[in-house]
Amino acid sequence: MSEVMEEKTLTRKDFVSDQEVRWCPGCGDYAILAQMQKVLPDLGIPRENIVFVSGIGCSSRFPYYMNTYGVHSIHGRAPAIATGVKSANPDLSVWVITGDGDALSIGGNHFLHCLRRNVDLKVLLFNNRIYGLTKGQYSPTSLEGHRTKSSPMGSIDYPLHPLSVAVSAEATFVARTQDTNIKHLSQILQRAAAHKGTAFVEIYQNCVVFNPTAWDHTTDSDVKDDNILYLEDGKPLIFGKDRDKGIRMNGLQPEVVNLSDVDEQELIVHNESEDNPHYAYMLSRMEDPHMPLPFGVLRSVSRPTYDELLLDQVDQAVEQKGRGDLDQLFKSGDTWTVE
Amino acid sequence: MAENPAVSEAFDHEHLADERRSVVILFSGDSGDGMQLTGDQFTNTSAVLGNDVSTFPDFPAEIRAPAGTIPGLSGFQVNFSADELYTAGDSPQVLVAMNPAALKANLSELDSGGILIVNTDAFTRNNLRKAGYDANPLEEENAFGEYELVKVPLTTLTRNALEDIDSLSTQARDKCKNAFALGLVYWMFSRPLENTVRFYQTKFAKMPDVVEANTRALKAGYNYGDTIEAFSGRVRVPSRAVVEPGIYRRITGNEAVVYGLVTAAQKAQLPLFYGSYPITPASPILEGLAGLKNFDVRTFQAEDEIAAMCSIIGASFAGSLSATASSGPGIALKSEAINLAVVMELPMVIINVQRGGPSTGLPTKTEQADLLEVLFGRNGESPIPVVAPATPGECFFYALEACRIAIRHMTPVFLLTDGYIANSSEPWKIPDVDQIEEIKAGNRTDPEGYQPYMREAETLARPWVVPGTPGLEHRVGGLGKQDVTGNVSYDPEDHEHIVKTRAAKVAQIANFISPLQIDGPEEGDLLVLGWGGTYGAIREAVTRCQAKGYSVARGHLRSLNPFPSNLADVLKRYRRVLVPELNMGQLAFLLQAHYLVEVEKLNKVQGRPFQIREIMEKIEALLD
Repeated sequence: MSEVMEEKTLTRKDFVSDQEVRWCPGCGDYAILAQMQKVLPDLGIPRENIVFVSGIGCSSRFPYYMNTYGVHSIHGRAPAIATGVKSANPDLSVWVITGDGDALSIGGNHFLHCLRRNVDLKVLLFNNRIYGLTKGQYSPTSLEGHRTKSSPMGSIDYPLHPLSVAVSAEATFVARTQDTNIKHLSQILQRAAAHKGTAFVEIYQNCVVFNPTAWDHTTDSDVKDDNILYLEDGKPLIFGKDRDKGIRMNGLQPEVVNLSDVDEQELIVHNESEDNPHYAYMLSRMEDPHMPLPFGVLRSVSRPTYDELLLDQVDQAVEQKGRGDLDQLFKSGDTWTVE
Repeated sequence: MAENPAVSEAFDHEHLADERRSVVILFSGDSGDGMQLTGDQFTNTSAVLGNDVSTFPDFPAEIRAPAGTIPGLSGFQVNFSADELYTAGDSPQVLVAMNPAALKANLSELDSGGILIVNTDAFTRNNLRKAGYDANPLEEENAFGEYELVKVPLTTLTRNALEDIDSLSTQARDKCKNAFALGLVYWMFSRPLENTVRFYQTKFAKMPDVVEANTRALKAGYNYGDTIEAFSGRVRVPSRAVVEPGIYRRITGNEAVVYGLVTAAQKAQLPLFYGSYPITPASPILEGLAGLKNFDVRTFQAEDEIAAMCSIIGASFAGSLSATASSGPGIALKSEAINLAVVMELPMVIINVQRGGPSTGLPTKTEQADLLEVLFGRNGESPIPVVAPATPGECFFYALEACRIAIRHMTPVFLLTDGYIANSSEPWKIPDVDQIEEIKAGNRTDPEGYQPYMREAETLARPWVVPGTPGLEHRVGGLGKQDVTGNVSYDPEDHEHIVKTRAAKVAQIANFISPLQIDGPEEGDLLVLGWGGTYGAIREAVTRCQAKGYSVARGHLRSLNPFPSNLADVLKRYRRVLVPELNMGQLAFLLQAHYLVEVEKLNKVQGRPFQIREIMEKIEALLD
């Protein structure tokens, strides 16, 4: 960033657009919007260099409320559009806002390929396990048996695990957080912003109208600490209200152990930069009722970004062949002259 | 041209030693026989000698359909002439058949009196069976009475010529039989070998033994012609007498599109972003651009057609000149995203290299049946300008023009080509780069009074503001919107206003494009109106009919949306209008709907271009 830009201090208000926010009262999206508007001023990125791209769904209204550049595009296609934006101008900070239906159902293909290419985008998936904008049909993350308007006898679809999909699609940054967990959300947004490459963040988001109980086990104060494992790099996997439980390997399986019975030395030590994706994949499969849900950064590894490689090839080509000359190009190959 | 009626004349072997104005050769063999390369070499050599050339490659959809079968055939037709050419010729006067399937599939096309060169070595029992012959036709008496049959044991002769090149397998040596055949044809038409020898040296630079083998086979073929006096004589097709001075090269439609896009980006001083998913027959554009990164070309091979389209929307939003190409099925997949581009009012070019449809259809064959798709194949009112070049060389100018329209009017633009002009080639006079007008592509940076959908009076274009510009942050999307502010709006009046504004914006492009030119009488009995790759056949047919004394005029549309502003007037001046199209009558349908005129239709949907005589017959039938 240029020095001039750093001098100009932006505040949360600078990122609030003049549009009236139209989500349902109590929607988890409000909290995410507020945190984003709070985090952005701290990143030191000039406002004009920030672009939000979304698809279709409740969450995809997000760009309208951000006073940055923004595209509210079509269903599932935000990663492809954002890839074009970033390829045209790698100086931009490009954020993709998507939902469980948008990213994993109609846009599944673009989601996969954006991750494997490692385009330098921040992808925030608001997961509420339901189609909200179309008023309550089951989504690709809805649990089996979930009764919705389009599954009155219970969903017979087996759900996807967004983090597992991301790890399998060669993501270099995979994290999970939650709408109402404000401090954690803020930290994860900052971590995502700092990552070079596709940063994928699953945000548990509460749809108060169509699926209000989906995340109760991670928000009810009685149980949430027993259900969430906060990941800290270089620290053993310990969780629980009294931080009395840990996770160790038992053969090929992780298992929960009581710290009163087991020495801390035996616990798995979190290593987000483990290059081999097996570990992050294992974490991504941990879920209730037998295992806690990991929150935080599961994986953060370094790989060249697509936009960087794309521009490198342009530079290499110029270096090898010289800057393109149309006349020379037209006259390449067999030519003949008519006097 | 009227003085060039030679194209369809029968090839009279009594006069083979004579000078000919033009000749059509068809090389046909297995898709692995190197027929495209052989035809290409003959064409280049002829072009460099000063002939006009026009080619039509015809290859199978399968990469290697079973060898020896008719579906596995690959053909290359070249028409070369001492006069100006407009098509690759209705039918060949020379057929080079590398196997029985090539003979079976193409013999009926060969002009009476034509020369038939066959590779007798390939007429094995197995190959004959695969081609559907019960007995060897070469052994039947008088089976080829009307042709001059030249039987050449190509495989044997090639093997003999390459006997001592031990480093190559028999299989590799046999691959050189196309070079032998080419040498023989070079002898027949008195062509020099140097161009092709040089080509081998470059293409196989890392394999000197392959260069040696091909060169030797080529020369052996040439000498074979000389030695056995296989033909009644050699043929000379002189150079063109009157040609506009300049430097020329051969160009295919797809190559010309590549050059047009790169030129547009350079003239607009913008990077070119090209997002595409491989599809026949548009892939050569992606491949061509991928090799031109030193022109700040960024190619993105997307995961699917939808992503390709979306990526160019993103790149255009961020300030690149952007383009994508596909064919009918891919355009169908892109259509939702194309509408987002319509609503975002951003400049980009979408190329549809049409092929036979519907569905997967005929991937390697040509058709003009996507005109209505590009005009109407989207939800809602979705006006998009459509330009259609008529020849391979014109693809350069119209790719450039499509970019110019896109940027000046802030709109996606369709460039509609087809498999025929995409793969065919013709001589192209290399333009003077400095004479090509710049494209003004200034991005607005002034925040004062800025509104995302404020418009220029003359074009109704909105300003192109790109991220990175301070003070002009704004959001755009696919929802209904208010004009000027661009704010989301479901208001009935707002919606109707912006729908009408988008339509008016595209309609106003008519003020910027050339009027329709007419060749022939300014009014009269018949106007033949065409568009796209049927140009050559229509032009030649009308010219010949005019020479026969018919009162017939001809026009060719390059802009299909909007139509040129003089079209209504032109249509009124003729008693009848004939529209030849490689579809079921799509332009005819539009003309009837727009202008309430009666239209005579000539339609062909065989995956092949028109023959000149088909159009002549229709004109004569209408006027007799």
